[in-house]
Amino acid sequence: MDFNPTDDRRMLGDTLDRFLTGRYDHTTRMKIAGSDAGWSREMWAEMAELGLIGALFTQDQGGFGGEGADIALIFERLGRALVVEPFHGALAAAALTQDQRDEVIAGSLIPIFAHSEAGTAFDPDRLSAKVENGVLTGSKVAVANAEAADIFVVSAMEGDTPALFAVQATDAHLTPYPLMDGGRGADVRFDGASATRLDMAPADLLDTTLLALSAEALGLMERCKDTTVEYLKTRKQFGVPLSKFQALQHRAVDMVTEIEQTRSAVINVGHHLGTDKAAKYAAAAKYTAATTGRLVAEETIQLHGGIAMTWEYDVAHAAKRLVMTAPIMGDEDVHLMRFAAL
Amino acid sequence: MNLDFTPEQDAFRAEVRAWLDENLSSRLADKVRTSKHLSKQDMEDWHAKLHARGWLANHWPEEYGGPGWGPVEKFIFEDECAMANAPRIVPFGVSMLGPVLLKYGSDAQKAHYLPRILDGTDWWCQGYSEPGAGSDLASLKTTAIKEGDHYIVNGQKTWTTLGQHADWIFCLVRTSKEGKPQEGISFLLIDMKTPGIEVRPIHLLDGDHEVNEVWFSDVKVPVENLVGPENQGWTLAKYLLTYERTGIAGVGFSTSALAELKAVIGKTEKATDPLFAARVARVEIALENMKTTNMRVLASAAGGAAPGAESSLLKIKGTEIRQEINALFMRAMGPQAQPFISEALEEGYNGPEIGPEGAAWAAKDYFNNRKLSIFGGSNEIQKNIVSKAMLGF
Repeated sequence: MDFNPTDDRRMLGDTLDRFLTGRYDHTTRMKIAGSDAGWSREMWAEMAELGLIGALFTQDQGGFGGEGADIALIFERLGRALVVEPFHGALAAAALTQDQRDEVIAGSLIPIFAHSEAGTAFDPDRLSAKVENGVLTGSKVAVANAEAADIFVVSAMEGDTPALFAVQATDAHLTPYPLMDGGRGADVRFDGASATRLDMAPADLLDTTLLALSAEALGLMERCKDTTVEYLKTRKQFGVPLSKFQALQHRAVDMVTEIEQTRSAVINVGHHLGTDKAAKYAAAAKYTAATTGRLVAEETIQLHGGIAMTWEYDVAHAAKRLVMTAPIMGDEDVHLMRFAAL
Repeated sequence: MNLDFTPEQDAFRAEVRAWLDENLSSRLADKVRTSKHLSKQDMEDWHAKLHARGWLANHWPEEYGGPGWGPVEKFIFEDECAMANAPRIVPFGVSMLGPVLLKYGSDAQKAHYLPRILDGTDWWCQGYSEPGAGSDLASLKTTAIKEGDHYIVNGQKTWTTLGQHADWIFCLVRTSKEGKPQEGISFLLIDMKTPGIEVRPIHLLDGDHEVNEVWFSDVKVPVENLVGPENQGWTLAKYLLTYERTGIAGVGFSTSALAELKAVIGKTEKATDPLFAARVARVEIALENMKTTNMRVLASAAGGAAPGAESSLLKIKGTEIRQEINALFMRAMGPQAQPFISEALEEGYNGPEIGPEGAAWAAKDYFNNRKLSIFGGSNEIQKNIVSKAMLGF
């Protein structure tokens, strides 16, 4: 039992921290997130150059990380900095060919995972998208960074079995829009698109995606909590800092307690990724992250008071993003019932 | 990052399990599983078996009879004991007074009292709380006034768990009214047979006699029974409380209680209730997270860092989880949680069994374990501690 990061991961974390602090400050992020594209190709190239995409994959996959703990570490930090570049999409490269994955790692090919439908946010057995004779028909909703895609990795039924398919982005019909928490997404319709079946089972990519989402939420929670704790120490009312009021102290402690539980949930799924326990721990992590995420976001806004209601205040955007990550790939109810059934 | 136990730790777990299999009678395990009242003899017998194996005072240094375990071994041991439904080790001598004597006791005190804790000669109880001093422990009023080579003790202690069995009580007493309340407290060992001591039972809302009031009127205590310097008892008191909180997450207890809950659901109308299934899933997820949170705190302790305020987080969340499992267990019984046949909680009961197994103790356990968020420093006090120590408020 050892909870200390390896030297490699410590270095990766330091690299990420330096880059995000130096190159991805709040002003830059807001500019990128509000831009026409909703992400930055230049930033993506820098991130690829730093090896941040390669760190999502194992050596066998052409990368130099790729374990649950690597993915958790990266997404936690990306979450903390509210990064909008298509990292979740990059994870889907695990399902592509080695040549394609090499391009993804180099930053020159962008895959996007299109999964949720109007009728099912998560459950791959209830998909209505289907592939017959290599042709895909169906609609996906709220696909983040869809406009950035060069290639879509799409979940769809083939016969009675959910499977993953690769589809060229040029074969998709997009209805794009800005997202509540910055960046852009789209509804994506496939109307007889040519689809190549991939070997990876949807469940495996979904487990990894749930880990990434939960870790991202954890990073956002830490950002929210740290800022709130500092604010409580500095903001004075009735002649004393807010941190002297016991009602507020206890609410801050409740946040800390639940955030530590979320950290444990992320560690659990990271540790069990690729085993037969992954699905259960992934459901537990997503449930925990979504539940705690809303608690922390709402408390962050409430404990700050009016200032956190303003567009100008940076942590308000973190709280907003934290709330908006919850419904992606199934909210707490979906994953609670899934956990109960697994 | 690695969540796995080492091969040595796995082997240790197997060793503990095999020992429990050999030494924990099914009679005793069944009493614990079905929440029957344990007799003093039950507890003493269990202590004796553990002592014979060298596992009773499992956090003491080896030179005083401890097995030399680290926190992970201690956790594994407690986990296995809980899963096997072993009686819990009565903590007052072994886990509370023991560490205080080891750190602050004189050589003579160590030589005299420690072996008697181990071999069961002395049953200890705790004299901390008073009617006017609960969370605000430092406001305690029981006085000890020095007269020659004795202290004369007057006052009242309360919530004295299993004091009805005790030979000795360790007490926080006021030896000075000067300065801050914390500055006039001393830590005193008192023989329960001394004239002037009266133990009065307190019956709890589940009908149990588990705790007591202990009254002192002009009780003569030899000065050599003082532990540590006079008026420095608060330091010892706090040290004991920090110790009390290690292992307080009760992960093993919750794990075995959750297994019991799942086993019983199938026999009730909750078997097909998706809302109830969600409630169970929710607490199971919290427990799975808690196991790892607990491990993280243990690992940092094993690595040399002292668990401080983190143990308060464990106490808060761990007790919430245990209480929720108790509540769900009672709810699973539906209206059959209502019958309360106290004889059914005694060994050898052979009257009618009312309701599914568990109905006899579901409500009693629920009410009894409301104490979890109150004792060892209430959960609100824990939040004060975290707020100060971790958040710097």
